Amino acid sequence: MNLSNLANALNQRKKQKQKFKVTRKRNYTDKSIDVPKGLYEQCPCCKETVNMKQTLENKFVCKHCGEHFKVRAIDRINLTVDPGTFVEKGLGYITLNPLFNEGYEEKINAYKEKTNIDEAYIYGYGELNGNPCVIGVMDSYFLMGSMGSVVGEKVTRSFEYAIYKKLPIIIFTASGGARMQEGIFSLMQMAKTSAAVLRHSDLGLLYISVLTHPTTGGVTASFASLGDIIFAEPNALIGFAGPRVIEQTINQTLPEGFQRAEFLEEKGFVDRVIPRSELKLTLSRVLRIHRRYN
Amino acid sequence: MDILQKERKLKELQSKIEELDNVELIKKIKEEIESYKNEAMSNLTAWDRVLLARHQSRPTALEYIKYMFDEFIELHGDRLYRDDKSIVGGIGTINGINVTIIAQQKGKTLEENLERNFAMPHPEGYRKALRLMKQAEKFRRPIITLIDTPGAYPGLEAEERGQGEAIARNLMEMAGFTVPVIAIVIGEGGSGGALALGVANKVLMLENSIYSILSPEGYATILWKDATLASKAAGVMKLTSFDLEEYGIIDRIIKEPLGGAHYNREETFKNTKRAILEELTELVKLQPFELREARIDKYRNYGFFQRFNYDNLGGVKR
Ligand SMILES: [Zn+2]
Repeated sequence: MNLSNLANALNQRKKQKQKFKVTRKRNYTDKSIDVPKGLYEQCPCCKETVNMKQTLENKFVCKHCGEHFKVRAIDRINLTVDPGTFVEKGLGYITLNPLFNEGYEEKINAYKEKTNIDEAYIYGYGELNGNPCVIGVMDSYFLMGSMGSVVGEKVTRSFEYAIYKKLPIIIFTASGGARMQEGIFSLMQMAKTSAAVLRHSDLGLLYISVLTHPTTGGVTASFASLGDIIFAEPNALIGFAGPRVIEQTINQTLPEGFQRAEFLEEKGFVDRVIPRSELKLTLSRVLRIHRRYN
Repeated sequence: MDILQKERKLKELQSKIEELDNVELIKKIKEEIESYKNEAMSNLTAWDRVLLARHQSRPTALEYIKYMFDEFIELHGDRLYRDDKSIVGGIGTINGINVTIIAQQKGKTLEENLERNFAMPHPEGYRKALRLMKQAEKFRRPIITLIDTPGAYPGLEAEERGQGEAIARNLMEMAGFTVPVIAIVIGEGGSGGALALGVANKVLMLENSIYSILSPEGYATILWKDATLASKAAGVMKLTSFDLEEYGIIDRIIKEPLGGAHYNREETFKNTKRAILEELTELVKLQPFELREARIDKYRNYGFFQRFNYDNLGGVKR
């Protein structure tokens, strides 16, 4: 038996063991994907009436124009990881109100009820076509997916968990930027998460960043832009300053397609724009190519 | 009445004295002005400090550099696109210690400000800073950054050239340097555009400077839909040096003369220089890896939240 065969066998065994451990724990695949209220809705892009059930089966992509709808974090995990392999980590965080902002706690509680998650980011262990990795997803339905102390801490923890397990990490970003309500603490999360990327990167581990609609502000200006490989979904809005702020600054309307994923690919800031239907396959191929046998 | 109005009133009074010729009266009025000044300038609101941080005659980075450093050689360009004049960078010495200096430069006049783009850097500015800081790492020089910006420039070209990427790269690389890094907020510390030069072992702030996630105007617009509430926003945002020191976000406050840095520039520069030297002598005692680890750990611990221990849900325990 040569060395690579041995490594393969060991890995197989490790995977089986992990799988056994994993399936005992809570996983999301038992939950049904929550269907939006109406069965038929109008596509905001092509204005065609679309059958929402069909759209769900089509990974939340409009059948008529190919518009990629926003995806909740839980749905994203269902779309991406192999059924039964996801184990959520980093539970139990409580968002506080450092600036004593009026109504902030109520707002957070309302979003918790509405989205069924604790904060705008969830992460855990998962497998993509059998390739183990840490997967983190931001949820733009939770207060614009903005990054406050808890999101920053959980993003940092996800990198630390990946370091601890010596695993690659994939993060799907979707965020309006830093969370204004938490003031300077939100700003500091940018430095904190960027430093976490550095520590993960130092160990020769892979970080894939997938930019989805919309990724702007402090998230673009920190961990989202620091992936070894950066993918983006078609037509996703990606940028530092928001389009409205830029229009106000330069006093003219922005060109068509500005700050969209394809534009960033053209300018050289995104490795590839990948349609949602091919995303999982591409990610798992990249993971496979980066697999280490030691 | 905010600080600028008080300043104007003081100036008015002082100009009136010059018209008088009674020595006794002049002396008396001068004393009165002095006591009024003491009272007016000592109890500053957060909004007053915002106004002082943006004050027309507040000392700019190059003035600090000229006074504090024995010598300074400016170096230009990011080697990729062009030289961004809103960020000044170069090498020099402070009390004989070789350092790399990076600073955001505001202008005094409109013309200067147009040249400096109101100290709002483009990506090439941050990339120039990174290039010079990497040189500092190579030649084992401490890095000193002076922060004074309303924020990174939100323009079309800045986006095209990857403003977000440039800032992110700086945040990551600065965290990893093995030389001492000291950042000093001398005026406005605006958002990610300031933080991109501010990942440091020690972060110092001039007494009347501000450091925040966005401008008070922006905060009022986003949260209350009314930009005129900026002064109220300044009150709740915790952006003054005293608030930030209390929160542990900054390490040290540098004292300013009564009324703000522009009332006595020399004293301000002297205080700043002393603070830099004191911090530097402490930092050079540390080993390279200690400097790096201490910096990363410092930023690792920032955050304001609580956590339950969820044993039964299978989360990772630490
Ligand atoms: Zn459509």
